[in-house]
Amino acid sequence: MFFYLIKRLIYAIPIALAVGFVCFMLVQIAPGDPINAIVPPDAPQEVVEQVRRDYGLDKPLPVQFGLWLMKVVQGDLGRSLATGRPVWSDLHSAIGNTLTLAFAASLIGFVLGCILGGLAGTFRGSLLDRMAVTTAVAGVSVPHYWLGMVLVVIFSVQLNWLPAMGAGPGGSADWAWDWEHIQHLILPAVTLSVIPMGIVTRTVRGIVAEIMNQEFVVALRGKGLTSWNVFLHVVKNAAPNALAVIGLQLGYLMGGSILVETVFSWPGTGLLLNSAIFQRDLPVLQGTILVLAMFFVALNLCVDLIQTALDPRIKRA
Amino acid sequence: MSTSAATAELAIQAKTAVLRSEGYWAGVWKRLKRDPVTIFCASVLFVMLMIIVFAPYIAPHDPFQGSMIRRLRPIGTENYPLGTDELGRDMLTRLIYGGRLSWFMGILPVALAFVIGTFLGVIAGFVGGRTNMLIMRVTDVFYAFPSVLLAVAISGALGAGIMNAILSLTLVFVPPIIRVAESVTTGVRNLDFVDAARASGASAVTIVRVHVLGNVLGPIFVYATSLISVCMILASGLSFLGLGTRPPEAEWGLMLNTLRTAIYVQPWVAVLPGVCIFVTSICFNLVSDGLRQAMDVKG
Repeated sequence: MFFYLIKRLIYAIPIALAVGFVCFMLVQIAPGDPINAIVPPDAPQEVVEQVRRDYGLDKPLPVQFGLWLMKVVQGDLGRSLATGRPVWSDLHSAIGNTLTLAFAASLIGFVLGCILGGLAGTFRGSLLDRMAVTTAVAGVSVPHYWLGMVLVVIFSVQLNWLPAMGAGPGGSADWAWDWEHIQHLILPAVTLSVIPMGIVTRTVRGIVAEIMNQEFVVALRGKGLTSWNVFLHVVKNAAPNALAVIGLQLGYLMGGSILVETVFSWPGTGLLLNSAIFQRDLPVLQGTILVLAMFFVALNLCVDLIQTALDPRIKRA
Repeated sequence: MSTSAATAELAIQAKTAVLRSEGYWAGVWKRLKRDPVTIFCASVLFVMLMIIVFAPYIAPHDPFQGSMIRRLRPIGTENYPLGTDELGRDMLTRLIYGGRLSWFMGILPVALAFVIGTFLGVIAGFVGGRTNMLIMRVTDVFYAFPSVLLAVAISGALGAGIMNAILSLTLVFVPPIIRVAESVTTGVRNLDFVDAARASGASAVTIVRVHVLGNVLGPIFVYATSLISVCMILASGLSFLGLGTRPPEAEWGLMLNTLRTAIYVQPWVAVLPGVCIFVTSICFNLVSDGLRQAMDVKG
């Protein structure tokens, strides 16, 4: 296990570097001179040249990547073109909000998905099974940004029960766990939860159905265990794989929440990305994507390690 | 008991043998015909395709002709059965025309990724060794991004535009197809008939063309069809963010975007483009599931 941990950590380093390289290239593939991504378009020529030298943009590409990487490792993601503030200062509060949303959404998706998938897998072929499968297909097929709009129409416009926008009263971006804030969280979290709900339902149904067909379940039944006790055995066998799927979904949600955040004006990384795209604020775009992708790499690593730790059947040393 | 089970098994074997003797595709078709959900969804998709192909003959109005005096009419208005949008353009017409771009942007990236991904994946799986290492490790890097994020990142950097959106979506779907193609090819490569072909002196190109491709294209194709629905949602999502298509073009995601402010005035008109995306995407998903079952693809 210890060796596996070390091996997995070492393996993550080149991936992280390559992810960094892809993010670095984002500014390079942008049409026009990359210098335009750093200085405002109306800057005088001397300033442009000065910045070009300062940023090392007159050097060959690999050297530029090295210089950029050194800065990033020290936490310097550059400055926003639109606001002039360091990218990180806008980013770190946004990440908190996105995490809150992604976490709430995966919790809802996880609980519903496990219940639906578990029931469907246990009672294969029943009406319940068919309903769960339909819900799962609908969950992965629905354009969630549209679902968000529909929920706003129903619960905010028509019924006036829940707020449609923002993360707190008066458009404040600071999160707190009280009802004022939580009611802002409900609609975006539910909207975002449909994708993991569908995927978790599908996966859990598959896993449970497979386990139910295994001989040890028949043996447990034959031994005279109650269905509840049999169920506990099934859960124990299904949990590691299910957890892996859910962990990855949390990561997908962090990146995928951009559309839902746009619909609900949720002050997270998605909204930040959206405004960066509109203003062609490439440093913000690059920084946000880098941080989110790194989160995803780290999460992948954690999921892998936890899965190995939980499931003694996986020997990966 | 055991004899009856054995007989049943024999009967099943006999049945599969009969199916096999009819040819693989005849068997697939036979199974598809017995699957009402798949047939229904395929018909819905076919009707949609016909409508968007013959849009100029079917659509009642001009998709770009607006009018300031009849903006945001409700559903059921005379002459405008689905109402009008924020610039007074007929919703029905724009939904019909919008399907053209939405379908195009949902299918083309997957088709391109299918070609590129199969090519690279089969090479990685068949050649193995260092080539495999190189291709698969590069694939791993793209796997380190959530797909939405990657699509948004690339088209965000490249700027708005249909071609940029298609390029970024293709890049998003190549790595998963490579993975599937590689794993299927690796499975086929070690089978006896490939060894036999090699022993009989067939060149690598012939083996790949005759023996490998024939066995891997089916599973990869089924996997690719399951990506169409995701691609359509992503493509509309990009347009919804203002990447992808640009106004005044009719595209479902973009229409949702421009109608977003109208949800307080005509909520049910504003959500119509999403209904189209939803129906199309769920149909593609179910057809893909049906194909997977009919073609007996595992995984």
